[in-house]
Amino acid sequence: MNWLAERLAAFGRSGLDVIASLGRSGRFLAGALGGVPKPSVGFPLLLKQLYSVGVLSLAIIVVSGLFIGMVLGLQGYTILSDYGSEAAIGQMIALTLVRELGPVVTALLFAGRAGSALTAEIGLMKTTEQLSSMEMMGVDPLRRVIAPRLWAGFISVPILAAVFSVVGIWGGMLVGVEWLGVFEGSFWGNMQSSVSFASDVMNGVIKSIVFGFVCTWIAVYQGYDCVPTSAGISSATTKTVVYSSLAVLGLDFVLTAVMFGDF
Amino acid sequence: MDASPYIELRDVVFTRGNRRIFDGVSLDIPRGRITAIMGPSGTGKTTLLRLIGGQLKPDSGTITVAGENVPQLRRKALYRLREKMGMLFQSGALFTDLSVFENVAFPLRVHTALPEDMIRDIVLMKLEAVGLRGARDLMPAELSGGMTRRVALARSIALDPELIMYDEPFAGQDPIAMGVLVKLIRDLNSSMGLTSVLVSHDVPESLSICHYACIVADGQIIGDGTPEELRAHPSDRVQQFLRGHPDGPVPFHYPAAEAGQDWGLSGRERR
Repeated sequence: MNWLAERLAAFGRSGLDVIASLGRSGRFLAGALGGVPKPSVGFPLLLKQLYSVGVLSLAIIVVSGLFIGMVLGLQGYTILSDYGSEAAIGQMIALTLVRELGPVVTALLFAGRAGSALTAEIGLMKTTEQLSSMEMMGVDPLRRVIAPRLWAGFISVPILAAVFSVVGIWGGMLVGVEWLGVFEGSFWGNMQSSVSFASDVMNGVIKSIVFGFVCTWIAVYQGYDCVPTSAGISSATTKTVVYSSLAVLGLDFVLTAVMFGDF
Repeated sequence: MDASPYIELRDVVFTRGNRRIFDGVSLDIPRGRITAIMGPSGTGKTTLLRLIGGQLKPDSGTITVAGENVPQLRRKALYRLREKMGMLFQSGALFTDLSVFENVAFPLRVHTALPEDMIRDIVLMKLEAVGLRGARDLMPAELSGGMTRRVALARSIALDPELIMYDEPFAGQDPIAMGVLVKLIRDLNSSMGLTSVLVSHDVPESLSICHYACIVADGQIIGDGTPEELRAHPSDRVQQFLRGHPDGPVPFHYPAAEAGQDWGLSGRERR
């Protein structure tokens, strides 16, 4: 009986912890995004973060996009040629990338490449008292350090996802058309006639906006909230990647059900 | 000079988790003087600085800095008050992505609209004051521990504050760096008329420069006065701390179970 009560109490405590943490992260987000910074101060900071979060992630996004597109081309050809409809490969590749793989894989790669770096950087700034010293100089670290990183993430992920899809389609074309000899006209023509801008492309864009928001928020918050020790930073970085990945995959299902669920 | 204390703490109570860090601390820090707050590690000396700077809020009591009650200030007023405070962190806390020059220029760029050549002059002046004008282009990673602290000191006086707080300025410094810091703290105080608060457990260095000192232990102030008064203080705990005796009112052993029990030698078990 006692054992059960203890278990229940522990369960309740961890539930309260989760809720308190959600509340803290919400206040954190509001504190960082509330208030408009002076453009002359904010813009250079944003540019710097866009470079380190976005531009430096381009390499991994382009390479992964290329290979995923090429794999899609190969697999799609093998399956579709059984039914003699390998001409539909262009449409298959484009829809898979634009609707699903573009936003999802980009967000996962972003969490691993940029999210973990954001967490570690902010966590280390906290550990070395840089955030505290900023506060003591009368500068709000939420506005100065956190806000530009959040915005940079929000802006970068949809663009990276678009790049991923474009490179992926090109990779699929390389395999399908150049290597396996699908007729180029039907490759592009099928794609053009079956991919709708309003439902397919825009839904993909919405997904990547949501994923970018969630991944960046998790990464930056985990860094800001970490226990200021080396073990704390390591666990915060791990949490960033795990939580981001789970959030992306879970949200992807929810969003897909909402967007494409009413057959 | 205004004789009222620059900082007044009245009955400050502060708890962290289940631990009571301060249990009714009252303290006056005189204007334009160097005050040393000493005490064993882990007694919350740094916490005291954070309370003064408004980064932490006490459970009860008042903390008045320059006539303003810090815990009750709204965010904006607090940030404005902080422009009058400089704080030297134990780690220096330089921004690792900025050069020495940019670190010192940071508060100026954020809080003033001075033209670039003026900022340059002020930064070089502050760096000159700490003897590091020649190191302006180095990155923080290229500095030694003592240099890091001197740059951080230049940065915390960039806006000509009224108050500067030093968090363990001597910890982990070699004798020369320590001598430099002692000299800098003393010079800054006399030349700029800064109110200085020094948190440290390095007794000889602190007592050699401060005008006034107090010793914190177990959430209370156990002794205060001028360095001479402290050296002659009747309390055993003060004397143990100042002289560094390994055993005394603060025992050598952390509270533990009876030794016999831990080694399985207690009478009951032997029977």
